[in-house]
Amino acid sequence: MTATVMQASAADNKRPFDGKDAKLVLAHLLVAFTALLLGGVAGVLQGLVRGGMIELPSEIGYYQILTAHGVLMALIFTTFFIIGFLYAGVSKTMGGKLLGVVSRMGWAGYVLMTVGTILGTIMILANEATVLYTFYAPLKANPFFYIALVFVVVGSWISGYGIFTQYRYWRRTHKGSVSPLFGFMAVATMLVWQIATIGVAITVLFQFIPWSFGWVEKINIMISRTLFWYFGHPLVYFWLMPAYMCWYICIPKIIGGKIFSDSMARLSFVLFILFSIPVGFHHQLMEPGIAPVWKYIQVVLTFMVVIPSLMTAFAMFATFEQTGRAKGARGLFGWLKTLPWGDVRFFAPFMGMLVFIPAGAGGIINASNQMNAMVHNTLWVTGHFHLTVATTVALTFFGVAYWLIPHVLGKQLTPRMNRLGIIQTIIWLIGMFFMSGSMHTVGLFGSPRRTAYTTYGDHPDAVFWMPYHVAMAIGGTILFIGVILMFCNMIALMRAPKGDEKTAAEFPIGETADAAEPTPKWIERWGVWVGVLVVLILFAYTVPFGDMLVNPAPGSKPWVTW
Amino acid sequence: MHIHRLEKIWLAIGVAMLFVFLGVIGVGAFAMGMQPPTGHHTIDPEKVSETYPFNNPGLEQVGENEYNAYMIAYAFGFKPAKMEVPLGAKVHFQVTSPDVVHGFQITGTTVNLMAVPGEVNHYTYTFDKPGEYLVLCNEYCGAGHEFMATTIIVK
Repeated sequence: MTATVMQASAADNKRPFDGKDAKLVLAHLLVAFTALLLGGVAGVLQGLVRGGMIELPSEIGYYQILTAHGVLMALIFTTFFIIGFLYAGVSKTMGGKLLGVVSRMGWAGYVLMTVGTILGTIMILANEATVLYTFYAPLKANPFFYIALVFVVVGSWISGYGIFTQYRYWRRTHKGSVSPLFGFMAVATMLVWQIATIGVAITVLFQFIPWSFGWVEKINIMISRTLFWYFGHPLVYFWLMPAYMCWYICIPKIIGGKIFSDSMARLSFVLFILFSIPVGFHHQLMEPGIAPVWKYIQVVLTFMVVIPSLMTAFAMFATFEQTGRAKGARGLFGWLKTLPWGDVRFFAPFMGMLVFIPAGAGGIINASNQMNAMVHNTLWVTGHFHLTVATTVALTFFGVAYWLIPHVLGKQLTPRMNRLGIIQTIIWLIGMFFMSGSMHTVGLFGSPRRTAYTTYGDHPDAVFWMPYHVAMAIGGTILFIGVILMFCNMIALMRAPKGDEKTAAEFPIGETADAAEPTPKWIERWGVWVGVLVVLILFAYTVPFGDMLVNPAPGSKPWVTW
Repeated sequence: MHIHRLEKIWLAIGVAMLFVFLGVIGVGAFAMGMQPPTGHHTIDPEKVSETYPFNNPGLEQVGENEYNAYMIAYAFGFKPAKMEVPLGAKVHFQVTSPDVVHGFQITGTTVNLMAVPGEVNHYTYTFDKPGEYLVLCNEYCGAGHEFMATTIIVK
């Protein structure tokens, strides 16, 4: 049961991008990078306040800008970039342009998400929603903050349906063929998103909105937290999977090599689908109301993502080595020298990959059941996700932007832009080294996350943390320079000189290595994977969640404590 | 599906390490009693100060140098505000919140638990070193979050 993969040829990569689809892609990237800029302003202010270097004017609260930073960076920058990138690749590899209905769904999703973003930002700026991006009950924001979240999530659902529609159409019109790798991975990513957001949708629609309007008096805290974290962990895989798409599909082409194994790449994404969702309790290890055995079971399930991560690491370095050796590299590590270090399309994502090694190790520590007590809610955790999402994912997305923006516009990635991109990447790495490094260290000493400047009455433990907080502020300031440079780079990319067939930036879609075996067709049996996932979710959640429903703790009234 | 020989070795080593690691955590948790904080013990958050044992927060001796510590984490402080614990005491913490979610972290120890309204969280710790321990809230709880702290004196 095998079939040939539709191979992307070099000519396809160079073929001009559909003009109508380009507008949709750029519209998404514009919101994404605007969110990055605003989120960056909020971030640097936080760093400086926490470091004791500045005080905010009394009209602005520390926790208000912390909410803005989290929402704009973690939810808005990521989601808009991801949907823009996925639509670009889906258009490119599955027909050369989006179907009319898919394009309309993409725009509908975009409009809903943008309305939600603006409404949510207004609520945060009005100090009506200083609840941080996790909006834990019983902190009660203005109901329109929750409605704004509904707009963003429903918009992203519609965009996801668009990707499914294009994929189904491609399958119908290419019977017997295995789908393009980009399309397969885009569907896998959006499938994780659709299934994960069910949890947050239920808690927002059935708990937060009626309660915040005052239609019901009380909210059950443990149920809302459990539904949030059912969503909250797969959220991070929703950020990571598109970065992996760049690594698996685009990087081999950029370095002049081949995709190591199409079928192993797909299998790793299937494993991500299965093991990214039934794991939310590892964010709730320090909480009451969940039996220890169920915490441990979800810890075990959490750790299963080690397997696709190891597969990805192997595939990446196998591609690098094969490519280097094909170019004549000798010795054990000679192939390292043949990699295009001066090409930002490679350099930025590669640095992201490298950072993912310590980032992943830190994640293993966080999820280690009782060991979590050493780091839970300390700055260690903030340091951790500034490596994973704010370096690995962000640098990969930046690396994508350097070719995606000029490609969809038929423009060039000039040597000058490329150099600016390399500089931006280095600035980011230096800033993150200081910021995340200090966060990890001082977190181990106990300094809490999400806390404004304080010395706790000059307690010696807290005084000892201060130099690390200053180093965080310095790192944050360097990163802010990186954010500004990235925003300027994005504008410059849009204004780059037009390219012709030879000089225009290509959409790098890798081909599979000749030695790789054909991809088995069972890999695209989505019904089977979703079925297994549902079984895993039911296994991991039925008993503990059922217990919360059957023996509910007394509910809570709304609180506005800011 | 073909898997490269080296990839098989790589994955076999990785998966073996994974199971050793999970085994260590599991033995630590279930055989040696190093569980994360837990407890399914509900309480009405509006009646915390009237409900036993939180109507009288503080230490209660339950054995030889063994105590229950009933603590309330509220916006923005802890009850009791100051607590003294004898050196070497084994303390069973019970923590809850009458308002929003708080954290209960004692720096320099493994005491780190969530105070969730509606539930009482439990954790046991033995204080082997004397000193003035910093207790702080590590979950955002409102405008005064950074002031929410107290100390436990061990002597």
